[in-house]
Amino acid sequence: MDLKRINDYTWEIPKSGDMKVSTIIYTSSKLLESVKQDRTLQQAKNVACLQGIQKTAYVMPDAHQGYGFPIGGVAAFDLDEGIISPGGVGYDINCGVRLLKTDYLERDVYGKRTQLLAEIFKEVPAGVGKGGITRLNRNVLLEVCVKGAEWAVENGYGQRDDLKRTEENGRMREADPGFLSSRAVERGIPQLGTLGAGNHFLEIQKVSKIFDRDVARAFGIHSENQILVMIHCGSRGLGHQVASDYIRLMENKLGSRGLPDRELINAPVRSQLGQEYYKSMSAAVNYAFANRQMIAHWVRNVFSKVMGSSEGMDQVYDVCHNVAKIEKHRIYGELKEVCIHRKGATRSFGPGREEIPEIYRSVGQPIIIPGSMGTASYILAGTTEAEELSFGSTAHGAGRLMSRHEARRRFRGEKIKQDMESKGIELKSTNWKGVAEEASQAYKDVDEVVEVSHKVGIGKLVAKVVPIGVMKG
Amino acid sequence: MERYRFLEHTSDAKFQAFGNTLVEAFCNAALATASLMWDWEKVEKKIEFKVTIEGKDLKQLLNSFLEEIIYLWDTKMFLFCFAENLRIEKKGSRYNLSALFKGDKYSEKYKIYGEAKAITYAEMEIKNKGDFLVQVVVDI
Repeated sequence: MDLKRINDYTWEIPKSGDMKVSTIIYTSSKLLESVKQDRTLQQAKNVACLQGIQKTAYVMPDAHQGYGFPIGGVAAFDLDEGIISPGGVGYDINCGVRLLKTDYLERDVYGKRTQLLAEIFKEVPAGVGKGGITRLNRNVLLEVCVKGAEWAVENGYGQRDDLKRTEENGRMREADPGFLSSRAVERGIPQLGTLGAGNHFLEIQKVSKIFDRDVARAFGIHSENQILVMIHCGSRGLGHQVASDYIRLMENKLGSRGLPDRELINAPVRSQLGQEYYKSMSAAVNYAFANRQMIAHWVRNVFSKVMGSSEGMDQVYDVCHNVAKIEKHRIYGELKEVCIHRKGATRSFGPGREEIPEIYRSVGQPIIIPGSMGTASYILAGTTEAEELSFGSTAHGAGRLMSRHEARRRFRGEKIKQDMESKGIELKSTNWKGVAEEASQAYKDVDEVVEVSHKVGIGKLVAKVVPIGVMKG
Repeated sequence: MERYRFLEHTSDAKFQAFGNTLVEAFCNAALATASLMWDWEKVEKKIEFKVTIEGKDLKQLLNSFLEEIIYLWDTKMFLFCFAENLRIEKKGSRYNLSALFKGDKYSEKYKIYGEAKAITYAEMEIKNKGDFLVQVVVDI
């Protein structure tokens, strides 16, 4: 494959063959080596062949092989000529991250972290083998899908202020749960308010380094050792079912049309089926916002109970990293609306964008990049350059390096727990196999991922955080 | 004959399932899928679900068939352990599948290892070289 080095952190696959645009990969030479080991680059090239793609297909620094689109793939499509693809969003629609700040310091919390984790474990259902605590009926579920986090706040989960500190204010207005299959609804009912398994986790963290004090202060992060809580989860079975359903509907209606990969199935954005997918996907996005809103509320309750107060536990932000949206971007000088797909990528809007809350409009949106279990995570800020360089997008996490199977063969969950404890990190999980799969050695180096983001300018470093307590579903 | 084997895949679970017949390979693929979430060998055959699936081709049929295991787990807490009377028929250009899923309802005595989110078409293969082989990547 023709891979051209542009500078230390940017590579290009020039347009060739069926590619309608070129592909730009933001990476380092070290990260590029692992990217070359799997099908990431071929998948990125395939994306560049899709109908109506605009400007360039982008690949983020944490990229790895996905289905159809690579994970860490960003692409924008013309609304008239272009497509929307369930594979360009992923199965876990609105998988995302929410960050809460606290006014506690490590010394306030350290001795109580065992109790905090035990209570969080009790309050927040992992949902593996057990349903959520709220048995919903179908009508309530549909309301959740219309209103998202707003539904949760109206029903006593959290505070109104959380909403404006959530991407899309916690609610995509385009949602229409009328287009959800009964299977999607059925899967959604028992799982609302659950964390899920796999790479999803909940961490009590402390700030270990502040890179940009002014921006950090704007985000509510004042000092090293300040305690934060990070929640990483998505739309659970409801979102997975929406993706599966619409892949099936699209191939039944439109066929695979000579696509290089069946997972790249898509429909024209403005077609009836394209719109039905978009409205269903938006419903799943809302479900995930409500899910994280409920979990955040339970975390606050636990802090109230164990620490005596949850005052000052404001939400920093909540970001999606698997989503398609209609956004305005400047393309070759012209401002136009496009259907942007971010699959394993975080929005990175800089100062001034009207989509970000007023409180952050002068500094850029907070970007939350979770590391692998038990390692550092990062808080970045969106940039104006990102709008030019990546349709306002950056990385979403560490990105896997090793298969889960290989990780299970090499690591033992119990040993990982011991190692983490020797570093002062408490881990609570009921699933040792799952812990082994999420071993930090199975992931790319998140430090390198965020450094590339910072150096390229698609998300600038604000703070580094490390866990002191981890709940894994 | 080996029922199934897991292969390397960076982010997800990729397996090959084998059989003397297509039906046997499908059946073993179902066991491989279940093995991502629980130990199907330890699940008692106490309850059953009748399953009927349609597909425009064999790959879609396989995809929908395996999805049924995830769906029944998510919605009925049903632990699949075997597909009995599995039948695959071609009707015109389409395929039909029927089977009786055997298994048990979840209780504390069963251990859940993880979650399967979805069955994908990524690298999916259905091969007939005398024996049958199906390859599937499950999003987990």
